[in-house]
Amino acid sequence: MKYVTEYRDAALVKGVIEEIRRTVTRPWTLMEICGGQTHAIVRHGIDQLLPPEIELVHGPGCPVCVTPLELIDKALEIASRPDVIFCSYGDMLRVPGSKRDLFSVKAQGGDVRVVYSPLDAVALAQQHPDKQVVFFAIGFETTAPPNVMSVLQAQRLGLKNYSILVSHVRVPPAINAILSSPHNRVQGFLLAGHVSAIMGYWEYPPLVEKFQIPMVVTGFEPLDIVQGILTTVQLLEAGKVEVANAYQRAVTFDGLKPAQAAINKVFKECDRKWRGIGMIPMSGWCLRPEFDEFNAEKRFDVADIRAEESPLCIAGEILQGLKKPHHCPAFGKQCTPENPLGATMVSSEGACAAYYKYKRVEA
Amino acid sequence: MTDETINIEGAVCAPPLPHNEQIVMGHGAGGRMSHQLIQKAFVPAFQNPALQQGDDAALVVPDGLRQKLSISTDSHVVWPLFFPGGDIGKLAVCGTVNDVAMLGAKPLYLTAGFILEEGLQMDTLKRVIESMRQAAEEAGVQIVAGDTKVVQKGKADGLYITTAGVGLVREGVNVSGANAKLGDVVILSGSIGDHGIAVLGARGELGFESSLQSDVAPLNHLIAAMLDASPNVHVLRDPTRGGLATTLNEIAGQSGVGIVLDEETIPVHPEVNAACEMLGFDPLYVANEGKLVAFVAREDAEKVLSAMKRTRYGEGAVVIGEVAVEPKGRVLLKTALGSTRVVDMLAGEMLPRIC
Amino acid sequence: MCLGVPGKIVETYEKGGLKMAKVDFGGIFREACLDYVPEAQVGQYCVIHVGFAISVLSEEEAEETLDLLRQIGAIEEELGTETSL
Repeated sequence: MKYVTEYRDAALVKGVIEEIRRTVTRPWTLMEICGGQTHAIVRHGIDQLLPPEIELVHGPGCPVCVTPLELIDKALEIASRPDVIFCSYGDMLRVPGSKRDLFSVKAQGGDVRVVYSPLDAVALAQQHPDKQVVFFAIGFETTAPPNVMSVLQAQRLGLKNYSILVSHVRVPPAINAILSSPHNRVQGFLLAGHVSAIMGYWEYPPLVEKFQIPMVVTGFEPLDIVQGILTTVQLLEAGKVEVANAYQRAVTFDGLKPAQAAINKVFKECDRKWRGIGMIPMSGWCLRPEFDEFNAEKRFDVADIRAEESPLCIAGEILQGLKKPHHCPAFGKQCTPENPLGATMVSSEGACAAYYKYKRVEA
Repeated sequence: MTDETINIEGAVCAPPLPHNEQIVMGHGAGGRMSHQLIQKAFVPAFQNPALQQGDDAALVVPDGLRQKLSISTDSHVVWPLFFPGGDIGKLAVCGTVNDVAMLGAKPLYLTAGFILEEGLQMDTLKRVIESMRQAAEEAGVQIVAGDTKVVQKGKADGLYITTAGVGLVREGVNVSGANAKLGDVVILSGSIGDHGIAVLGARGELGFESSLQSDVAPLNHLIAAMLDASPNVHVLRDPTRGGLATTLNEIAGQSGVGIVLDEETIPVHPEVNAACEMLGFDPLYVANEGKLVAFVAREDAEKVLSAMKRTRYGEGAVVIGEVAVEPKGRVLLKTALGSTRVVDMLAGEMLPRIC
Repeated sequence: MCLGVPGKIVETYEKGGLKMAKVDFGGIFREACLDYVPEAQVGQYCVIHVGFAISVLSEEEAEETLDLLRQIGAIEEELGTETSL
């Protein structure tokens, strides 16, 4: 595949890693904010190849992992209703709510469907005018334009049976929260390439300024990731504090203006709970009131559902990069992908699942 | 933990759902959930030495018989009934023929049970039966008994087929998932993931098109050629649901050995790779219906490989790895970049990774 | 966080008021929405996320980056650095 194969070229990747080795003079702690990058790093074993000075900590960038428990419970309640076709991205089916998950709802007769695109959910709404079609609109900035387009399209088509359950989170407030923590160890950030494809990277200079930490827009293939790490290390070693772009083929400073406009038309910023982390002010997006008729939380009257997370696993600390999955006493023992204690194990993009699946585990 | 700045509520997660109370789709995905179901529900009730062996077929030696029998059964609920490269009938014959043959047996007789849904078109049934006839002919087996039931509209997806088969194990041959040994190499008969992606594409639910064909095929003649070539074939298994990764984990567990794979040697059709990239799948977990893995003593590997390559379904055979002492019961993969990672069994249902 | 895969636009058309395309992912074809990248043309590569093009890939930038990284590799060869990989 063009734009994939050439970025997995082992010789090129090794050349860049060698350059990192030559550049680095002292230990640095970097965070890849994006779960997709965590997945690629562990899948290709990139962290094993880096010089020991470089420590990668995995960030909270998995929208499946951070979707709040309460919202999952709302999803389960809506999906259980006989008149509803509940559509979701695949990974969300595995996330446990307080008592059950979407698999159990499906097993009890709920019409739960995995879709590839939110437009597929809109098509289902057209095909089933007698049913309420609800789409579980989770995601970071990357997924926001597709999710809002489904609302705009439903509006254009005059659909009265389509709504979305929104759990949208944004990267900059999360970075702000992580760097504001007194426990913070992160000295440089790999910014999420596809979030930046949509949003550009104009939001980051103020954060770089405030925290005096370099940030580098980074892609997803092994070569992209080592290039992002190299660029970050070069900035750190040179004492430069700035935003750089190591994913130039896909990302511009301004981002995708039509997509940003669509987001602003349908969504507004709001406070958002992150599962395992807690409330981060203004870290999410919600539907604007003028789109209330597409708001599943209003349509199905689930606003009263409340859920408290129970204390067991260390997913919160892992999501914040304070701990690694194998630090967890439950990891690989009580907590496995098919029997997850925590959200980071639930998503195949979560740090624990990536570790469990790909890393050498000391039994 | 506490943190004033980001107002941590506590490092918390909801308790998990092991799905012990009711069956969910993941129990049928061929991965760890399927294994746990078998171990918890079936094995304790039926326990006997043949079952506990844990292979895809059972090896039995009835009193007074000189030769060992290999017996297996397989149910088929594939949807759609017809897909590029095959259909439920061909699958039902090949699935059982292959399971029986994987103990080093020559499959002889099959039975077939049909569950038909009210309203099924007679033409559809006839096409499926004709396909079964052809597959049985190619495999050289006879379908000697059968059963038919009809259920009400909506209680089955057109038609389900359960086949059972029996074969005679070759004399002097001892093939089992428990026989992998240090010094064995791992041979794979061809590219992985074709069946899973072809069927997923044919379903149309995820909206992609491809020209991929399922690899569904009877592998008994391939196996006969391998056993002719060497007495040192220790393990044979077809990596169906759960894919190559799950099958190799089963073998590592049964044999109590480690398995080390070389990522770059594992053949994957470019279209399978592309579909997996698109959906966030790993080809190592995608189903096959016409491939096998073999563990063969290193000194005989070349002989077996060239015998395989002379057969129709073994043309793409390659060595993909070897048995190691450690880590026992686990599968490791050397990546193209030269690092090593654990390849685990499929957990539950394979779902598209969107985010 | 966001699985994005590069694909080549092989055909564009309008559907339900949206600019759509048939996209070739190395032999696998799927429909994608081009509304956010209206400038995208047949033959160009886009990053596709959940059925939406979120970026038109710049061939020029891609080549430039690859050249740069190849040079880094070449320097290493010249220096004769022994890699421990």
